[in-house]
Amino acid sequence: MTTATATGRTATGRTATSPPKPGRRKPMKSPYPTWFFIPAGVFYVVLFLVPTIASFYFSLTRWTLFDVEFIGFDNFIRFFQEPQLVTGFINTFIYAFLTSGAKVVFGLLFGVLLSSQIIGRGFLRATIFFPVLVSTIGVGILFKVLMDPFDGPINESLAVLGIEGPAWLTDPSIALLSVALVDIWKGVGLATLIYIAGMVAIPQEYYEAAKVDGAGAWNNFRHITLPLLRPATVTVVLLSLIGGLRSFDLIWAMTGGGPGFTSDVLASVIYKQYQAGFFGLSTAGNVVLFLVVAAIIFPLSWWLNRKEADQ
Amino acid sequence: MRNVAWKWGGGSVAILVAIVIFIVPFTFIVFTAGKTQAEASFLEFSWPTEWVFFENIVTVLQNRDWLLVRAFFNSTVLTVGAVAIMVVLGAMVGYVLQRRKSRWNPLVNTLVLAGLIIPPAVVPTIWVLQGLGLFKTLIGLIAVHVAFGLSFCILLFRAFVATIPRELDEAAIIDGAGPVKLFFRVIFPLLRSVIVTVIVVQAVFVFNDFTYALYFLPGDENATVQLTTFNYISQSVSSFNLLFADVLLITIPPLIMYIFFQRQIVAGMTSGAVKG
Repeated sequence: MTTATATGRTATGRTATSPPKPGRRKPMKSPYPTWFFIPAGVFYVVLFLVPTIASFYFSLTRWTLFDVEFIGFDNFIRFFQEPQLVTGFINTFIYAFLTSGAKVVFGLLFGVLLSSQIIGRGFLRATIFFPVLVSTIGVGILFKVLMDPFDGPINESLAVLGIEGPAWLTDPSIALLSVALVDIWKGVGLATLIYIAGMVAIPQEYYEAAKVDGAGAWNNFRHITLPLLRPATVTVVLLSLIGGLRSFDLIWAMTGGGPGFTSDVLASVIYKQYQAGFFGLSTAGNVVLFLVVAAIIFPLSWWLNRKEADQ
Repeated sequence: MRNVAWKWGGGSVAILVAIVIFIVPFTFIVFTAGKTQAEASFLEFSWPTEWVFFENIVTVLQNRDWLLVRAFFNSTVLTVGAVAIMVVLGAMVGYVLQRRKSRWNPLVNTLVLAGLIIPPAVVPTIWVLQGLGLFKTLIGLIAVHVAFGLSFCILLFRAFVATIPRELDEAAIIDGAGPVKLFFRVIFPLLRSVIVTVIVVQAVFVFNDFTYALYFLPGDENATVQLTTFNYISQSVSSFNLLFADVLLITIPPLIMYIFFQRQIVAGMTSGAVKG
């Protein structure tokens, strides 16, 4: 902060002193000073860029509170050998793609539904969006109780209907899926609103023209709505994938990665290793997460946006 | 005819489903927070036979020497501090980035995108904070939130500055305004609507954040509300009424934000949907 203000003063000082020198006046100093980047840049570089770059070095070390020892790629080798860590790696993909896919499908469905002429639209939009704003920890606690295998209201309601509900969070084979389900419940409102915003931007003339050509509801949807919603879909896919790959707090609040380590994802592995004092291994996990996110998001966004430009 | 049937029939079904899926869980929080400990332990979705709502709220607040009240104070300082810094610094960058075509722009744009996509490297960040003496301090957490949240602010501000005519800048310059005055006196006030959007979206995000608080401001004594609520799970296994009173309390600030700023929140969170 202090460096920023200091540079600021010299920059303005220079503009104030330069005019008296005749002839040497270059094109007037821009009214849009580059030093405006500096204060934000200090925060960004010190607390984001430096740690990110440093993580590549620390991931190659055995790092504790007291010392750092360079050990090459041992952390990464360990990362892909211990079944516990490999599970977390695979679960990250399952979780991210499942939640992202479901948010696209349900978001599109609800978006189209809530753009049509039905009663209670405002109420429905407000209701579906509110969970997006509620604290993830609160939602996690709520559903941990609702999904209780014995006394939980969900299974008791299912019992009334004659269905034996699964042991949502305590059954190792579905714990991750249960958390993903809650993630979808919490996040589908955002996807819906993005789709609604996309629907609003579609000119009504297209539908009128299609009506003249005798197109039905399905053709309208298939050939007008769906293609023109492409930017909205791109946004939903990218946003939910970025969020899904990094997601931590919901999983941590609901299962803590358990039972055992069956619902661990990369982000929870990183935290567990950090807690256990394996800073190097934890940072290696972070680098793996970085590479996973980059390897998925960059090509995907390039591909999605290119297709859009082609049309 | 079909339209009328769809309007009323489809609408009613949708409302019914929305109530079961979205309203009932939140009502469960309120009901459970109003029950006595014995009744709450049945985990039933039912009207409390005896409402002890306010007693529960008071108990939760007083618990462990007003821990939750202190946590609310910390969360408020964190949210206000981080959002205020983010808004001013983000607006400065977004403004210059949009107005001036300099050779720095491609670099800055790349860094902004990187900030949105790349997951922060947590342990090295702790290492940096420790070096600065800011680890486990509220100021450290504020700085971290600023660093991680700037990218989003810059994107919104850059898009909005593009809608402000350059003639305005020129008029102000002719009137003798320097760069600082031009920005803070002329441009910044014109950004009001996008500033409100950025404030509410980031305030909800910072207030609800759990992960960064867990890493950078751990412990119980000096924690934020999300952290104390999380720690509360392990302490109050048997008293679900108090646990849910706590959950209800931390849900209220975002709810208030939503009631007053629904339009801005929606605008901020869905920005980019049309442009891609």
